[in-house]
Amino acid sequence: MVEQIDSSPVRQPRVGLFVTCLVDLFRPNVGFAALKLLQRAGFDVVIPSQQTCCGQPAYNNGDARDAREIAKQVIDVFAGYDYTVVPSGSCAGMIKEHYPRLFDADAEYYEKATTLSSRCFELTEFLDGIGDGAALPEMPSCSYTYHDSCSGLRELGIKQQPRALLARVSGLSMLEMQDSNVCCGFGGTFCVKYPDISGRMVTDKVEAICATGADMVLGGDLGCLMNIAGRLKRIDSTVSVYHVAEVLAGKTDIPPIGGNSS
Amino acid sequence: MQSVAHEFKAHARRALQDTTLQHALARAKGGFIDQRRTAIEALPEFDELRACAKQIKNHTLAHLDYYLERYEAQVKADGGQVHWARGPEEARRIVIDICRAAGARRITKGKSMVGEEIAINPALEAAGFEAIETDLGEYIIQLAKEPPSHIIAPAVHKTRGEITELFYAHHRSHGINERVSDVASIVNEARSVLREAFVTADVGITGANFLVAQTGSSILVTNEGNGDLTCSLPRVHIVTASIEKVVPTLEDLAVFLRLLGRSATGQEMSSYTSIFTGPKRNADLDGPAEYHVVLLDHGRSAMLGNEFREMLRCIRCGACLNHCPVYGSIGGHSYGWVYSGPMGAVLTPLMVGLREAADLPNACTLNGRCQEVCPMGIPLPTMLRRLRMREFEQNLTGARSRWLLSIWAFLAKRPRLYQTLLRPFVRLLAIGSRGTRRSLPLARGWTQSRDFPTPQGRTFQSLYRARQRKQ
Repeated sequence: MVEQIDSSPVRQPRVGLFVTCLVDLFRPNVGFAALKLLQRAGFDVVIPSQQTCCGQPAYNNGDARDAREIAKQVIDVFAGYDYTVVPSGSCAGMIKEHYPRLFDADAEYYEKATTLSSRCFELTEFLDGIGDGAALPEMPSCSYTYHDSCSGLRELGIKQQPRALLARVSGLSMLEMQDSNVCCGFGGTFCVKYPDISGRMVTDKVEAICATGADMVLGGDLGCLMNIAGRLKRIDSTVSVYHVAEVLAGKTDIPPIGGNSS
Repeated sequence: MQSVAHEFKAHARRALQDTTLQHALARAKGGFIDQRRTAIEALPEFDELRACAKQIKNHTLAHLDYYLERYEAQVKADGGQVHWARGPEEARRIVIDICRAAGARRITKGKSMVGEEIAINPALEAAGFEAIETDLGEYIIQLAKEPPSHIIAPAVHKTRGEITELFYAHHRSHGINERVSDVASIVNEARSVLREAFVTADVGITGANFLVAQTGSSILVTNEGNGDLTCSLPRVHIVTASIEKVVPTLEDLAVFLRLLGRSATGQEMSSYTSIFTGPKRNADLDGPAEYHVVLLDHGRSAMLGNEFREMLRCIRCGACLNHCPVYGSIGGHSYGWVYSGPMGAVLTPLMVGLREAADLPNACTLNGRCQEVCPMGIPLPTMLRRLRMREFEQNLTGARSRWLLSIWAFLAKRPRLYQTLLRPFVRLLAIGSRGTRRSLPLARGWTQSRDFPTPQGRTFQSLYRARQRKQ
């Protein structure tokens, strides 16, 4: 939820969109979907070209120094916007929850990190509650289930927001899976460092998805979605995988993540 | 026990292929989670209690020296003795000396994780004593010669069929020649065998869930009543406990007890909550003649002064294990020492060494479910991340991942170069694929159990800049 936005006609609030590295490299469609959703909600959206990665790989692997340097870059690049919006719960969580902690011993950047943190939002949490009048697209009648990615869920409390937004897309019906709040086994570099354990976790997750009988599985984090899509493809499932932004923006005209199409 | 945490990966792989273990884990997991949820939903003030317990523990840890001295003074005033042990070896020696001085032969034991931490059973046996575990789960794993795989349910990895065979093999010496397979009969058989041990033991050793500074009491929470028989029947009662177990008053204790049972097993209270204060007094009908408390440090005072202090709030309820998807996949033995799951992944490296247990802090997706259910609000993912930072500083991170990470960080800090180099790389990955690849050089970790979803083709930045140029 975002507080009421200054509605003076002088200037639209400016949003800096941080597309994230995975979206940039693997699924640009999610970035364009986020752009479309934000523009439709009345924001002046800027996508800085100096963005790369939020620094989670370094941070979560114990490399605090590189994490700090990457964080500084993100903080500087996104300093000038009213809001920073991220189509990923884990990258938004990194910026909101972890950036300030990286600068315990650096008063200047602590201050900057805290400011950015207070203005940074995950995409669905940002969109939920604003632009209520905007009609969301129609979909051909189909069912979906939703995977709650861990960082978004537990660091940012994102659970009901994507569901509320998706409920406004006509044609969609929701089939909750068992244990939607349990990790899919991606975990960043975890999935390649501990492939046996990760493989077991994604197998369990995909079983829960298939048990719903849903046509699609949606989520808000590309890492988890690639993990899930990869496993679904491996077992020749026809469940298709999309990022929630793609569905909300009506940008499902390209093949789903991993290419499966039901 | 000797740590085998350095073999984590091999043990985890074996555990994943062990169908009996997988069956036992799947069955246990659902039960613990559902029971806890039901108990907590029935207690609207759970979050307030949690905040209150956290505050009490933080206060106690900030004044730990004071409360420990007060506890010691109270124990002495009641006629008991307190022994301070810096590490496992010292603790073992103290316990063995007490047993020798008591002329003991047979020793009964209540479940004690500190007992496991100091590996007291093999030490007692090596010193010529007979040590018998009396908690059913501990008894089972003692017969199986295995370490506990869960801090509150040590034999959770065992199926009923395995226990049937284990009892059949070991109880013939007690004149029992039939296989029993239903739960009630298994419990009854253990009870009849253990009864003899209870009445003939010279020393009883138990752990403590809490120590109360105000009264010098040790608190023991069980569901089987074996703790009471271990404490009150033998001539000598030894409590093995660690220094962070102390709480200021009995009233404070009540807060923790309300959290512990619910978080552990979903019980409002465990079946037995026993308070032991000193040896038998003249007017008492029963109780031990001697009462000893062995207080173990084993790295805890160091944690008090570093970035792992919050871990000392842990009350060993096991909720983090029950909710951990990694623990649920591989079970407790994979962790290679006495503590397992998220709390074990923090404690083990701090107690047996970071090099020995280097895998444990990394074998976690940082999904945060452990922190969410922790009744003491311990930020377990943060603790694990801090251990990863220590590993990185001490060069314990694997060479390959260090190398790949440094390349990534180098590029991430140079947006122009990042875009220039990754654009063709992404294109290459996309060529000729139909959504995914079944195998990929250097990515076997990913592709062993899932396909690799390939990129759309062009990067977002290049598509977006091209679109902007057109406009």
